[in-house]
Amino acid sequence: MSNKDDRRKAPAGERVADWADGRLGIYSLAKANMRKIFPDHWSFMLGEICLYSFIIIILTGVYLTLFFHPSMNEVEYHGSYVPLQGQLMSEAFNSTMHISFDVRGGLLIRQIHHWAAVIFLAGMFVHMMRVFFTGAFRKPREINWLFGFLLFVLGMFTGFTGYSLPDDLLSGTGVRFTQGAILSVPIVGTYISMFLFGGEFPGGDFVARFYSIHILLLPGIMLGLVVGHLILVFYHKHTQFAGPGRTNKNVVGMPLLPVYMAKAGGFFFLVFGAIAAISGIASINPIWVLGPYRPDQVSTGAQPDWYMGFAEGLIRAMPGWEINIWGHTLVMGVFVPLVLFGVFLGMIAVYPFIESWVTGDKREHHILDRPRNAPTRTAFGVAWVTGYMIMLIGGGNDIFATHFHLSINAVTWFVRIGFFAGPVIAFVVTKRICLGLQRRDKEKVLHGRETGTIKRLPHGEFIEVHEPLSQEALYTLTSHEQYAPAEIGPTVDENGVERKVKRGEKVRVKLSKAYYGEESQIPKPTVEEYKEITSGHGHH
Amino acid sequence: MSSQDIPEENLPAERDHAHGAVGVADEKNPFADPGLPPHEHRIQDIDERAAKRSERAVAFLFTLSMLATVGFIASYVAIPHDKSVFIFPLGHISALNFALGMTLGAALFCIGAGAVHWARTLMSDVEIADERHPISAEPEVKAKVMADFRDGARESALGRRKLIRNTMFGALALFPLSGVVLLRDLGPLPEDKLRHTLWAKGKLLVNMNTNEPLRPSDVAVGSLTFAKPEGLEEHDHEFQTEIAKAALMIVRIQPDNIKDKRELEWSHEGIVAYSKICTHVGCPISLYEQQTHHVLCPCHQSTFDLSDGARVIFGPAGHALPQLRIGVNDEGYLEALGDFEEPVGPAFWERG
Amino acid sequence: MAALVVLLLALACTGGLYAAFAPASKAQADETAQSLAIDEGKKLYAVGCASCHGTGGQGSSDGPSLVGVGAAAVDFQVSTGRMPAATSQTVQVPEKPTIYSQAQIDQLAAYIASLGAGPSVPTEAQYGPEGADIAKGGDLFRTNCAQCHNFTGKGGALTRGKYAPSLEGVDPKHIYEAMQTGPQNMPSFPDTTLSEQNKKDIIAYLDAVNSSDSESPGGLELGGLGPVSEGLFGWIFGLGGLIAVAVWVAARTAKARKS
Repeated sequence: MSNKDDRRKAPAGERVADWADGRLGIYSLAKANMRKIFPDHWSFMLGEICLYSFIIIILTGVYLTLFFHPSMNEVEYHGSYVPLQGQLMSEAFNSTMHISFDVRGGLLIRQIHHWAAVIFLAGMFVHMMRVFFTGAFRKPREINWLFGFLLFVLGMFTGFTGYSLPDDLLSGTGVRFTQGAILSVPIVGTYISMFLFGGEFPGGDFVARFYSIHILLLPGIMLGLVVGHLILVFYHKHTQFAGPGRTNKNVVGMPLLPVYMAKAGGFFFLVFGAIAAISGIASINPIWVLGPYRPDQVSTGAQPDWYMGFAEGLIRAMPGWEINIWGHTLVMGVFVPLVLFGVFLGMIAVYPFIESWVTGDKREHHILDRPRNAPTRTAFGVAWVTGYMIMLIGGGNDIFATHFHLSINAVTWFVRIGFFAGPVIAFVVTKRICLGLQRRDKEKVLHGRETGTIKRLPHGEFIEVHEPLSQEALYTLTSHEQYAPAEIGPTVDENGVERKVKRGEKVRVKLSKAYYGEESQIPKPTVEEYKEITSGHGHH
Repeated sequence: MSSQDIPEENLPAERDHAHGAVGVADEKNPFADPGLPPHEHRIQDIDERAAKRSERAVAFLFTLSMLATVGFIASYVAIPHDKSVFIFPLGHISALNFALGMTLGAALFCIGAGAVHWARTLMSDVEIADERHPISAEPEVKAKVMADFRDGARESALGRRKLIRNTMFGALALFPLSGVVLLRDLGPLPEDKLRHTLWAKGKLLVNMNTNEPLRPSDVAVGSLTFAKPEGLEEHDHEFQTEIAKAALMIVRIQPDNIKDKRELEWSHEGIVAYSKICTHVGCPISLYEQQTHHVLCPCHQSTFDLSDGARVIFGPAGHALPQLRIGVNDEGYLEALGDFEEPVGPAFWERG
Repeated sequence: MAALVVLLLALACTGGLYAAFAPASKAQADETAQSLAIDEGKKLYAVGCASCHGTGGQGSSDGPSLVGVGAAAVDFQVSTGRMPAATSQTVQVPEKPTIYSQAQIDQLAAYIASLGAGPSVPTEAQYGPEGADIAKGGDLFRTNCAQCHNFTGKGGALTRGKYAPSLEGVDPKHIYEAMQTGPQNMPSFPDTTLSEQNKKDIIAYLDAVNSSDSESPGGLELGGLGPVSEGLFGWIFGLGGLIAVAVWVAARTAKARKS
């Protein structure tokens, strides 16, 4: 090729990019994002686990729709699984059997779909906890926190509707439970139930209806939320932990191109590969041993997938309670857990707004808190997780009873008491641990790091040599902010007129004291303290 | 990748204080931000042989992935879908599922591992700082937006022409009702559907297992039998919906051991028939303990005492299991003496 | 000629005599064996069982009456080691290695059967796999058994520490006997409500899904317990493994240092 040609024609890739830029403006987009910086930390990849398992679920889900028949028409089974041959079952169950036994690779795809769902929800839970305990939900990320929360809740219901589609004996029992719970809703319960199921339970409609909810409605909303979530992550730029050179005004890490392209892109394949391997090794939801759904059959150990286990625990632990009044029944034994389910989850969703109200802080926060430096928040989070976990145990109380040789009634009582006592204990203990860690940090800053070297002083005393910390370490340990507790301002204004203190303000001051009072944080070391000690008695 | 084989001259000069070592640079404020630490080289950055080794490792992983994909296709073609193999400790599993899962897993995992190893060892690991800018707009921008909005609002005259505004809100508020109305035909109204089952006076109790009507002599003390109403067959279109309400659990208790008077009255020689559907949320409750006469629900552990009117003795259920009044017809078969007197299954608002 | 006639007559007589007496003596012998077995069983009973069940099997405060429980109940209880039970009774008598030989168990069974009519020990023709419908057995299992013993007979919890045991590795004969006699808190499923054929089907189903050769096409069965073990596996190995991978992805690469 001659020089003349070179000048006239750019390389093919560039020409394609030019073409696209003329229509999409990709160069401006790339300018802002191509070398976008992402900080390195393993816990920042939890969200990626969720994103990738969500993509895997969509890919495998589309494949499954090619073979699944969302119909409740009764057919006789004549596939290759002998112990069900000749049995009556719905087409939904029949086609799931067909996918599992007669479509090559169908079982693998089904298992990838289901394992990815279990991991998706578990990943979201842990990701959410990471964001919570590091305070990453603070301004400007409150909306993204809500997006994430909604994704978790919608994920639960998408999972539940999907789990119900094969119309097997286990999931059918779960649907029956849902219908019973709907019936407990005052006034409109029976109507909702009739409309949802197209008549009495189980009727012949719910699989088809759950199908469109499972593959279209909920994933559609979720996809939108995921895109919004990611756009906001790009827009806000990622948070980072405190460290030398890392400030609230910058983000330190590696560029998207090439490092994160390779790391994040590679991580997608790692996640997909790991889930595929798990699906080749471990069975999940083997519907052929569960059998087709019949409303008069049941198996012991009837549980939902883990993410609904919390709701299951609430319903198992609740004592029976019905109020009959004026010819109506208020089914408190079912309705109370139903309400608690929403309230308990909702608590964590609104938490960021409560905290920002208490602190009154309107600034942006991009440096993450170490959990110990926000003892009250951390304690609240651990209390919440404790309550959640206790209910998860409650949801599997029969399995815990048989495997630990306990009485199921004793396990249930443990859960009933634990639901109230557990979070309180967890709160107190966590707060104390956080304060202890804060004290240790202070100690380390002022007196240095323990070296493990024992020195004998001339007069015979043994001491451990403490090594002063580097400035990098000192900065990392002291850069966090500490709020002062709010005060109720003067109740008399400058003209001597009494000012009425609003109820809300009183609550806020009280909460602020609980958060940032003397009991709730150890004042971090000051430069003066440090200098006094280091100049006072040298390396000690 | 030990450091022994790195040529001495390629190593970085020893730093005055390595990361985390002793020393405070800023005497005035020891807690001040010392700034980003200087970049340290990786072995691969200074030793071309190490870099080559990394390159080979990445290429090896990518090659492995290719082989695994070939293996996936080969397994798909070669392994019959119903072939079972024993693999310790997994058990007797489908050979095809295992082979496909492992090869697909390896193919994907190796691509990921290769890319990450590449990024970690061969791409630049110099940390870069990106500036952040406040998200809130500058006051001038805000002022411009507010002015624009006021102009637009004024031009629309929405505030001035209240009639337009109010009728528009009315129209917008009403039209979604059409969507709500369209949902009406999702299902029938509840009416009294939840109050009735297929049971009626004279209906025989048909054994679920043998599909034969039951005689009192068939039901022994300590035994457990499930029954459905005569005429309901598995192939019937409405079978699932009907059995969801009509399923029956029959046990025989020594009449002396029956504590509840009405239960005894409604039984036949100690044979009692209870709804199999839990009054909590409707699971088929049937974990009958023949010595204690307790029946436990496997879903939420509601426990009922069948010798005492099936009252709740533990768990979340709110009321006793409904009992079906039974007797014996002229031919000696067990029959129902009517429908259940109360709705079976979970409680609901209109139950009363 | 006369000698021949005498011989024939003698032969005929012998034959006739044999025909007349032999079966009777066999029956006699059987009866004797039976009563011998009962006697032996009675002795064994007096040593091992009478302290709780009473000297004549009439029962006491420590154990139920055995009159009319039949040989099947004895065979089940003693062969599975549940009887004799430990004196310190817990909520439920567990399975344990039996201390009697099959011959002794048969003698005990014969003695108890002699106290009152009850179900006899089933024969292999009753519980064997010939002529069984596995799929029907599955349906029956889900109607009658799964509520306590789980979908594939892995066992489950009952009230106050009681449990339905796992059916893994249980002799088909014992499963048959358990259905027929209803040991401890298990209800019985007599032939009148769960026919012989029904029982055969159930046993065949269990053999298909709950033996050491049962297939689990999807891979590890995870105890066959459903979502609880699946959830634990997903958290520990699924998410746990992925987090381990994430740690590797995000970790700093080793730096070159002078050693």
